[in-house]
Amino acid sequence: MAKPKVAFYWCASCGGCEEAVVDLHEAILKVVDAVDIALWPVALDFKRKDVEAWGPGEVAVAFINGAVRLSEQVEWVKLLRKKCALIVAFGSCAHLGGVPGLSNATNREETLANKYLNSPSVENPDNTIPKIESQVGNYTEELPVFLPCVRRLDEVIEVDYYLPGCPPVPDLILQAVQAILEGKLPEKGAVLAPDKSQCDTCPRKESKPETMTIDSFKRVATSTPDPEKCFLVEGYVCMGPATRSGCGELCIRGNMPCRGCFGPTKEVKDGGMKMLSALSSLINAQTEEAADQIASTLIDPLGTFYRFSLPSSIIKHRLD
Amino acid sequence: MMPEEIFEPKIVGFLCQWCSYTGADLAGTSRMQYPPNISISRVMCSGRVDPTFVVKALAEGADGVLIAGCHPGDCHYNEGNYRALRRYPMLINLLDQYGIEKERVRLEWISASEGEKFAGVVEEMTANLKELGPLNWKGRSAEYCKTA
Repeated sequence: MAKPKVAFYWCASCGGCEEAVVDLHEAILKVVDAVDIALWPVALDFKRKDVEAWGPGEVAVAFINGAVRLSEQVEWVKLLRKKCALIVAFGSCAHLGGVPGLSNATNREETLANKYLNSPSVENPDNTIPKIESQVGNYTEELPVFLPCVRRLDEVIEVDYYLPGCPPVPDLILQAVQAILEGKLPEKGAVLAPDKSQCDTCPRKESKPETMTIDSFKRVATSTPDPEKCFLVEGYVCMGPATRSGCGELCIRGNMPCRGCFGPTKEVKDGGMKMLSALSSLINAQTEEAADQIASTLIDPLGTFYRFSLPSSIIKHRLD
Repeated sequence: MMPEEIFEPKIVGFLCQWCSYTGADLAGTSRMQYPPNISISRVMCSGRVDPTFVVKALAEGADGVLIAGCHPGDCHYNEGNYRALRRYPMLINLLDQYGIEKERVRLEWISASEGEKFAGVVEEMTANLKELGPLNWKGRSAEYCKTA
């Protein structure tokens, strides 16, 4: 019997999800034994015409990472949707919008200006910004369109399953691959990770007191958390209460508070708002002024609560 | 030609049933006049108002949201309204980053006997929102993501 074909593709992402595949270490050999890799731009040379030549559903599954920002990515994912039986949104960016999704806190013009003109490390005396079309001799060169907003993969094509994480952890990737190979998949649209909150499985769970209050918010950039205590007790924003478990609490074990890359559990409509609700209820204030003062010590609530999920929030982007 | 339509803001009110909802009821039974721009949802406590409700209302067409509960110290559940009090500033700070003006979401303490205060708050809020203009999340969102 021919081995099932698998495709990997990337959109607006950092490459960390590709790393995650390699991070399977020797287990990757088993995966490679069981499947044929039909497309993997980061590692193997395939062209679009190769993909166009596939029959519909010829490839069993495509793992697509990255948010959707360019017109080229829209074309590619639509093409892959036609050719692949299953689409798995791989990693936070495809699942929720991810870190590139934070660009929705500004707009396209500001993002381009920041990247190419105003950033302190940029030297661009001619103020060159990428153009969609430019004339080179007798030829017209084209670049993909930088779309006005960042979208999740499932805003562009139908997605069958989601593998959360920035990046997804090896255990969950292997479980997913196994489930696909054995045809033992949960209902369509499921996130292939446990549906418990991070606090439930947190190694510091026991250190969490019955009641806690926060007098001011701390940042790991300016102070060091106690390696044993619940982060929230000290005033560090730990996204645990509003984040899905399944990552193995890697950040917490490295003494970093959870940043929320797995997104919220199944029933939550807006993870950032849930986190805001949980966190701000802990503020140690009896008056509006005191609450105001403590809230002001949390710099950038939008970027904190939606670090990986701004395009999945109810408001989705800044209102210009 | 049709006369230019006057903008009538839509306000969604989350009123705690023990104080503010009763206060609003008093305004009604006392036949106080106040603008009809508010649609009221009765909630058990202002502490029950999940910030998700607020953004959902705004995304579904509200121009403003009023959260009203018992005065601090008077909560039927002892401290539910303190939760509302603590959430509010952080929510406002976050909404500001979205470009949503702080006047659009208001937190007020209205007791069961303060029908007049309720009417006054709705009047003031309606006037403020008329000045601010429609939030129009749907239209602005479509515009933001439009591929020109």
